[in-house]
Amino acid sequence: MTTASTGTMAPPGAPPAIPSPWTLPDKGKVGMLLLIVAESSFFAIFVIAYLFYVGKSLNGPFPADVLELPILGSICLLSSSVTIMLAIRALRAGNRSGFNLWWLATILLGLEFLIGTGMEWYGLIVRHGLWIDTNLFGTTFYSLVGFHAFHVTVGLLMLTVVLIFGLTRSLAPEHAERTEILSWYWHFVDTVWVVVFTVVYVVGR
Amino acid sequence: MTVLEEGIVRPHAAPERASAWGVAHDWVTTVDHKKLGVMYVASALMFFLIAGFEATLIRIQLAVPNNDFLPPDTFNRLFTMHGTTMVFLVGMPMFFGFANYLTPLMIGARDLAFPRMNAFGFWLFLFGGILLYFSFLGGDGLYGAGTAPDVGWFAYAPLTGKAFSRGNSTDYWILGILVSGLGSTGTALNLATTIFTMRCPGMTWSKLPLFVWLMLVDCLLTLVILTPLTAAQVMLLLDRYLGAHFFDTQAGGSAVLWQHFFWFFGHPEVYVLIMPAFAIMNEIVPVFSRKPLFGYPFMVGATVLIGFISLSVWAHHMFVVGLSPAANTFFALSTMAIAVPTGIKIFNWLGTMWGGKIRFAVPMLWCTGFLFSFVIAGLTGVMLAVVPWDWQLSDSYFVVAHFHFVLIGGLLFTLFAAIYYWFPKVSGKMMDERLGKLHFWVFAAGFYLTFVPMHFPGLLGMPRRIYTYEAGRGWDELNLISSLGVAVQLIGLSFFLWNLVRSLLRGEPAGDDPWDAWTLEWSTTSPPPEYNFEQIPVVHSRRPLWDLKHPEDPDWRYE
Amino acid sequence: MQRTSEARAHLTGALWIMLSAVAAGASGIGHANAADAPVDAIPSTFAPVSAPAESIRSLSFLVIGISGGIFVVVTAVLFYCVWRFRARPGDDREPPQVYGSNQIEWSWTIVPILIVLVLFLATARTINELQASEVPPEALRVTIVGHQWWWEIRYPDLGVVTANELHLPASRDGARRPTYLHLESADVIHSFWIPQLSGKTDVVPNRRNLMWVEPHTTGTFLGQCAEYCGTQHAKMLLRAIVHEPGEFDAWVAAQKQPATVVGAVADGRAIFQSTACINCHTVEGTNANGRFGPDLTHLMSRTTIGSGAAPNTPENLRAWIASPDHFKPGALMPAMQLADTDLDKLTAWLLTLK
Repeated sequence: MTTASTGTMAPPGAPPAIPSPWTLPDKGKVGMLLLIVAESSFFAIFVIAYLFYVGKSLNGPFPADVLELPILGSICLLSSSVTIMLAIRALRAGNRSGFNLWWLATILLGLEFLIGTGMEWYGLIVRHGLWIDTNLFGTTFYSLVGFHAFHVTVGLLMLTVVLIFGLTRSLAPEHAERTEILSWYWHFVDTVWVVVFTVVYVVGR
Repeated sequence: MTVLEEGIVRPHAAPERASAWGVAHDWVTTVDHKKLGVMYVASALMFFLIAGFEATLIRIQLAVPNNDFLPPDTFNRLFTMHGTTMVFLVGMPMFFGFANYLTPLMIGARDLAFPRMNAFGFWLFLFGGILLYFSFLGGDGLYGAGTAPDVGWFAYAPLTGKAFSRGNSTDYWILGILVSGLGSTGTALNLATTIFTMRCPGMTWSKLPLFVWLMLVDCLLTLVILTPLTAAQVMLLLDRYLGAHFFDTQAGGSAVLWQHFFWFFGHPEVYVLIMPAFAIMNEIVPVFSRKPLFGYPFMVGATVLIGFISLSVWAHHMFVVGLSPAANTFFALSTMAIAVPTGIKIFNWLGTMWGGKIRFAVPMLWCTGFLFSFVIAGLTGVMLAVVPWDWQLSDSYFVVAHFHFVLIGGLLFTLFAAIYYWFPKVSGKMMDERLGKLHFWVFAAGFYLTFVPMHFPGLLGMPRRIYTYEAGRGWDELNLISSLGVAVQLIGLSFFLWNLVRSLLRGEPAGDDPWDAWTLEWSTTSPPPEYNFEQIPVVHSRRPLWDLKHPEDPDWRYE
Repeated sequence: MQRTSEARAHLTGALWIMLSAVAAGASGIGHANAADAPVDAIPSTFAPVSAPAESIRSLSFLVIGISGGIFVVVTAVLFYCVWRFRARPGDDREPPQVYGSNQIEWSWTIVPILIVLVLFLATARTINELQASEVPPEALRVTIVGHQWWWEIRYPDLGVVTANELHLPASRDGARRPTYLHLESADVIHSFWIPQLSGKTDVVPNRRNLMWVEPHTTGTFLGQCAEYCGTQHAKMLLRAIVHEPGEFDAWVAAQKQPATVVGAVADGRAIFQSTACINCHTVEGTNANGRFGPDLTHLMSRTTIGSGAAPNTPENLRAWIASPDHFKPGALMPAMQLADTDLDKLTAWLLTLK
């Protein structure tokens, strides 16, 4: 059906109503979601490289020989997603001390994850002689796990800044929205860990 | 969710002095999307002239066989820098410049969602570019082209490994683009957020100007594909400096993996580059045909479809690498498929012109030139999608001719159209029409003179990226004609530059709406005040100004 | 009045540009068919002498036909619009505001889809026809190894090693003799391209690619590396020399001989064997066993040196050894820094390596 106007018609009346109130999504939320999209793309390339090179190393050490499941670290990191949600719920309800408690728990759990990673790497480097230049496994392992750990570190820094705000009584329920946006970054980092864990410690071993 | 507040005016921080120092300070510290947009476009023009100079040197060297105007190393650095500059330091900032300036105006907003990040993105881009060009200083000096990268703009492994690229030339390529790329990712995120969250009342998705729709799809595409390039470049850095083996074939690494990663970025990147051309066509063709764009919903659908399909065609740059027949067949299909929505766009533009009353002012001349050139470019692209024929055409001058038709006859033509069209809005002055027409005819003649003949050496076996060639292979006269065309293009460009300068200094006052156009940017003054609109507008259709100018026959009755 | 003549001027200008562009392009084709050019001098994809290149040419004709048709139609519509719908001077009324038409949209969606389908089916069929999957028993096997910046060519079944020139038997109807090429690289990515024989295939390190050719015309056919591989990518030339089957066998027999020992040039041979030459080059019958540079056993049976950088003459050969950079700046062979007399003796010996 062709729609056209010829310019000689009766007065048009009123235009269709605009949705009222005119509401649009929050900038911070959209911005954070788009950042997560871009970061996911970044990680996807390292994951693809990891999967591509599974079993292709010309020399050892090989994954099955040296990798152990990082159970404790994973539980800590994934629980921290729960604690961060509890923290935000507390902030929304105006419970300052509850927020500080759960937020601190999140940071400590994340820190434990990083310490576990550090210990794992120490073992791999010193005991097994595996570094990024050793073979394809070393290259893809350290880069993927390393970039994830880097993102955890950046997240922890941001969480610590917010903790300081919390401890100095600068946070109020109206900041819950912004804090939630930050928590989305943290959930993203945790989700990436689920992928990394599956690819490196389950599929790749 | 928040309710958009009306009448937000950001405080104007700069002092009201007209001193040179004050003006410079204002521009350097600005977070205003309009100033940043102008800076993006001005920087892009500067890099365009530099890359054009590199191309001129290349064409002088190739004008005759066995020429010794340039030594091989210099030539190789020049073609690498030419391609890298044009893609990353001209195409991308032109996209972000126009998007930055026009998007808030077109959607009735006062600035981007994150103004400071906007400024940060611009300066990252500029400093990344300067870092890349810093590479010319060093090594053999300027005539030997310093330590500029010489690995081609797509930097295939293992040529880029430490073993084959000693010194730091490849590192400049990696770092310059990595830094610039971070800026681009941030700006794309910023623009997309703006379009999602800052549209004025009444501007639903179906009322969004098509320019803005295309910029949105373009920004989303950029967000998905640019970080993979960053990842690949980080991998290359790890290979070069920490002994990693991502692309180290001696250790079992794969050279083809770099190609997959690069082209997964690289192919959608060319759609990122060309979508602003489509966006510009969508604004200019209707205004100068005096009709609304034909088939708005189909144009939106075609754009989104192009965005998605473009993510699935990358290996058509790898047809000669020795992929399996199944892979070759799949990528042939996806590449041919993307021609369908692209063709739909061309038909819709023709449909817009059909039955109109076309005014051939300079912007419309360029857009008409686009239509002719882009059809040719698209058809040679389809030829390249025919895999067995691509086994002959790939890596030859046929491909070079094809993509220059896309990028010059396609993108550059519309960028010129956009400059002539929006210059009055940005500066408050009109560009000279006669000089503009001279610019068009002379530059177009030079463009065709260079790039039509260029298809044929490819068909006659001339590969690309060679600093010289043997005489008597049927390539001699064709290369000479291509090189002569450059001189004609340069004359055309000089008309343009003269026009720009002259119009900035002594152009006719433009008024708010010199073209009798219909989108919101024409409702404010030329140039717009820093806050864009005195009151945030309320819209009811895709052409708010048409509704205002034709109250008896508004668009919202028919949309 | 003014606007009409402007529009006419625009159309005229456009026609001139198109004519000049077509003339510029046509001059190229005209030259390619010039009667005075030797048959093998122009490596045209439209002058195939071998099966894969011929199939590709046929396919290209189909594509050119379809593309040409589309071009003519769309351009005609464009020119019609420009002429018919230009604004007449003095007419300021807006034309009818047409927003779209679903029927028209679907029609110009379906037709391109059908065209794409035709092109795709033709493409898929030819891919399957041409992509080699395994080597048939009667085929001649050749291994090509790309180096920066020369081509190593080995005939593993025949025990022949040469460089830069690929000798092939012509295939005849009664005696088919296709040649299958295994492609490898010693360093970076190169691409093996002799347009009149076949489409190109990349030569990738840590990967083995397979392609085939089946020439039926004797002669010499030109090609060169088609993937940027560093400084002297431009001078990594190829020659394919197609022989009658009997001649090919004779060539093979000659290539299998070790280097002849000629007493007069024993000095040159001694210089060769005691200098760094042997680190990179092989000459059968001497102690030279290097693999970094080309095999020189039958150096003088080749028409060029430096992978096409210069004709293979005594003067050029001597100059090349003195300074490869003179012919091929950046070549990986160093200047050998020999005294003039040593250089003369060495060259004299090399000239006996036929």
